[in-house]
Amino acid sequence: MGEGFEPSARHVISNEPAITPELIAQHGLRPGEYERIVKLIGREPSFTELGIFSAMWNEHCSYKSSRMHLRTLPTKAPWVIQGPGENAGVIGIGDGLAVVFKMESHNHPSYIEPYQGAATGVGGILRDVFTMGARPIACLNALSFGDPKHPKTRSLVAGVVAGIGGYGNSFGVPTVGGEVRFDRRYDDNILVNAMAVGLADADKIFYSAASGVGMPIVYLGSKTGRDGIHGATMASAEFGADAEEKRPTVQVGDPFSEKLLLEACLEIMAKGCVIAIQDMGAAGLTCSAVEMGAKGDLGVTLDLDKVPCREIGMSAYEMMLSESQERMLMVLKPEKEQEAEAIFRKWGLDFAIVGETTPTKRFIVRHGGALMADLPIKELGDEAPLYERHFIQNKRRPVIDAASVKPPLANADALEQLIGSPDLCSKRWVWEQYDYIILGNTVQRPGGDAAVVRINDGPKALALTSDVTPRYCEADSFVGGKQAVAEAWRNLTAVGAQPLAVTDNLNFGNPERPDIMGQLVGCIRGIGEACRALDFPVVSGNVSLYNETKISGQDVGRAILPTPTIGGVGLLDAFTKSMTLAFKAEGESVLLLGETRGWLGQSLYLRDICGREEGAPPPVDLTAEKRNGDFVRALIGEGLLTAVHDVSDGGLLVALAEMAMASGIGAVLQAPSTIPPHAFWFGEDQARYVVTATDARRVSERARAAAVPLLHLGATGGAVLALDGERALPVEELKRRFEAWLPAYMAGVENGLGAI
Amino acid sequence: MKSAVIVFPGINRERDMARALTLMSGRAPAMVWHADIALPAGTDLVVIPGGFSYGDYLRCGAIAARAPIMNAVRGFVAKGGLLLAVCNGFQIACEAGLLPGVLMRNAQLRFICRDVYLRVERSDTAFTRGYNAGQVIRVPVAHGEGNYIADGETIARLEGEGRVAFRYSSPDGMVDPNWNHNGAMNAIAGIINEHGNVLGMMPHPENHVEAAMGRTDGRGLFAGLVDHFKLAA
Repeated sequence: MGEGFEPSARHVISNEPAITPELIAQHGLRPGEYERIVKLIGREPSFTELGIFSAMWNEHCSYKSSRMHLRTLPTKAPWVIQGPGENAGVIGIGDGLAVVFKMESHNHPSYIEPYQGAATGVGGILRDVFTMGARPIACLNALSFGDPKHPKTRSLVAGVVAGIGGYGNSFGVPTVGGEVRFDRRYDDNILVNAMAVGLADADKIFYSAASGVGMPIVYLGSKTGRDGIHGATMASAEFGADAEEKRPTVQVGDPFSEKLLLEACLEIMAKGCVIAIQDMGAAGLTCSAVEMGAKGDLGVTLDLDKVPCREIGMSAYEMMLSESQERMLMVLKPEKEQEAEAIFRKWGLDFAIVGETTPTKRFIVRHGGALMADLPIKELGDEAPLYERHFIQNKRRPVIDAASVKPPLANADALEQLIGSPDLCSKRWVWEQYDYIILGNTVQRPGGDAAVVRINDGPKALALTSDVTPRYCEADSFVGGKQAVAEAWRNLTAVGAQPLAVTDNLNFGNPERPDIMGQLVGCIRGIGEACRALDFPVVSGNVSLYNETKISGQDVGRAILPTPTIGGVGLLDAFTKSMTLAFKAEGESVLLLGETRGWLGQSLYLRDICGREEGAPPPVDLTAEKRNGDFVRALIGEGLLTAVHDVSDGGLLVALAEMAMASGIGAVLQAPSTIPPHAFWFGEDQARYVVTATDARRVSERARAAAVPLLHLGATGGAVLALDGERALPVEELKRRFEAWLPAYMAGVENGLGAI
Repeated sequence: MKSAVIVFPGINRERDMARALTLMSGRAPAMVWHADIALPAGTDLVVIPGGFSYGDYLRCGAIAARAPIMNAVRGFVAKGGLLLAVCNGFQIACEAGLLPGVLMRNAQLRFICRDVYLRVERSDTAFTRGYNAGQVIRVPVAHGEGNYIADGETIARLEGEGRVAFRYSSPDGMVDPNWNHNGAMNAIAGIINEHGNVLGMMPHPENHVEAAMGRTDGRGLFAGLVDHFKLAA
């Protein structure tokens, strides 16, 4: 029982539905959790209170399954200003500037209502960033869709992409990068992970902890409607057959209001009006008010009669659980009230004082003169259930001997097929629907290893990427977790940036299943190990569980592939030095840095060309990653390289083809005789980069001195990719295939390539 | 060159435009709020930048065309002042009756952000004097509703009077449906009014003024305007 708690008759709140076991279950609360509530408050909760508890204690808001594992992640570094626990993470980048960023999922809503689900996902993450006083400067998004042949996939892709563009383009932030994958395991549960990055003055970051008693709590932004009620609770359960009926739990986005909210918030922050600020995201008014009070060790009293409503007759329950978008809660300096109100009125936004801070540490809600909730505020957050769920580690899969894999196709044919496949083809159809140039700072556009965005007028720039290889995570979650971090680090390195920090968006199935819990635990361990080894701390993140669909007649649902998306941020000292992957000129040496063993297990070659989803994923040697990456970055800084590309999905030949297609310049290339050619060209060994240089000897000498394995692959030139023993591949033809699949698929026509 | 950039709520390329104007003219523009009723004294050039004014929730540009500041803009144009209207600005200028025609949804019904090629149709306007007629420039577009449409009589008049300033084209300057990304009639990307003092265009020259951000093909438009006012002075 909380301090200062006095049970009395005033807690008996009439006129509300009786609390029944069915009602409790509908709120996503387990019987044990309900008992805990009764014990905590010493009585039966009111209907409104039950709603508040369900909002605070669901998986989405409380991290009850993941919290104890998340604590093991490294979150500190000299440049980290704010780690996990706030609206977004904050890192310093020198010159008195800070970068504020986070990635968050909007998976369940996007499946039910793709346009609005994805749009409000973008809106939510943008608010997280500007709540902290940062102006958003870039967005990324990582999308996982079902099998292209699944009847819903095409419309989901169209809706999600239009929604992301519809919100970001109108808000006015460039969407500069991300990833798109297809796998049947996402058929019933797509993933929409949105990342936003903002820029702030390092000494003007705004936090959510309230301070001072009797301070006005101000409601800002759009009016409250009945949309999104129980959105967070929905995101905390698996889908049943009735998924489509949950459309009313999806919010509707209004990017125009959000843009106004951004400008108004930044203006009142600059005028020094704000003590604390919290956006209303998941669980709306409830979550924002409780967090501001609990973090500041204060109570909060809300008067719902003051809340601007979109419709009449809304109950306290509805107002407390609404997830209407584009709203903020703020604790204001009382003397600045009028000034702040004038700014909001100028931007045409609602501004209402809806409550105040109190010394009691209680969360009190009044409506229509009646007391609707009176709860201990600290316990609502801190005493949320914490589960040490049982987990089993996934079984090790055998290492596949490359020599035992018979190539079903000539390597040239395999390359053509791979670069025209759903996972490896050009995603131009997607990113051309996003405005990636607005604000005038996009140095590297989508399509490279990482996006590069100049900071103000430069010379510094940020490199941004998002990465994960879900099939590796499923085959070995520890290795997969490490690999996701390593690949993000490598992509930032490949454009010449110093990797600084990550945000993680952990998407998994039902954590009550020990095997799924094992995936979560394994991936977090892998992420932690890689982040420690690479000095790449986790500063923010989000966990999305229950990405799973029940199948009638079966106990075990169909879960997604474990997908811990890593959003990485790196820093370049000079945007003019950012490195790109396109071949630059004919007659340059093509070099491979890093060791190649020809690892085919879990490769796209094995899956898409041989039809086998098998084997252990490639091992991740973090010492080699660090050594090779630091080497590449140093050489870029010294101007010794002319193009750099990391080797990942599809292996070396796919990386080379991408470098050729980006430039129109071909290359003449040889494989060493020690490895079967198909394993050499398509193996997915980690810690590797393809680079080009005009002075190969100097690069070789430096590599030898740094103990970085180096292999001469050949030279750029001509208009074909020429591999010894294979037919020549015209770069133009590769490009045609690379660009063909997605537009043809989305248009619903055969693309003539036989890929679908 | 003293310029003024009009800012309606929901406009979002005003910073890009202000940066290009500052870079090319050496002078930062005045930012004028939609609720104002007058332009700064001595304004040479008014710019309506891109974005989603008022969310584009009615018809693109329809609400902005009726904003308080637009009376001042109409008065300024009537007296021969130069107005550059880009993207949402073009839509607003059409809705305000300052230019004929309308911008419909892109033919493929999707928002498109990409570099396009424009053939400069004439070099004897204040806006295009920095280019040669027939020159092809590469600048980005970022719009969902840039498909220029007007009735046959209007199109005939625009063409007859040489009021098409820019046309979508192939890299070698050929008008070709494959290079007309939004399906605009006669591949029209930008037009001027009958007095030659209003230019509306969908592409964003302000986003191609620095080599590091892609290209510098947009500089010609601003350099031409700066020259125009230098000569006039």
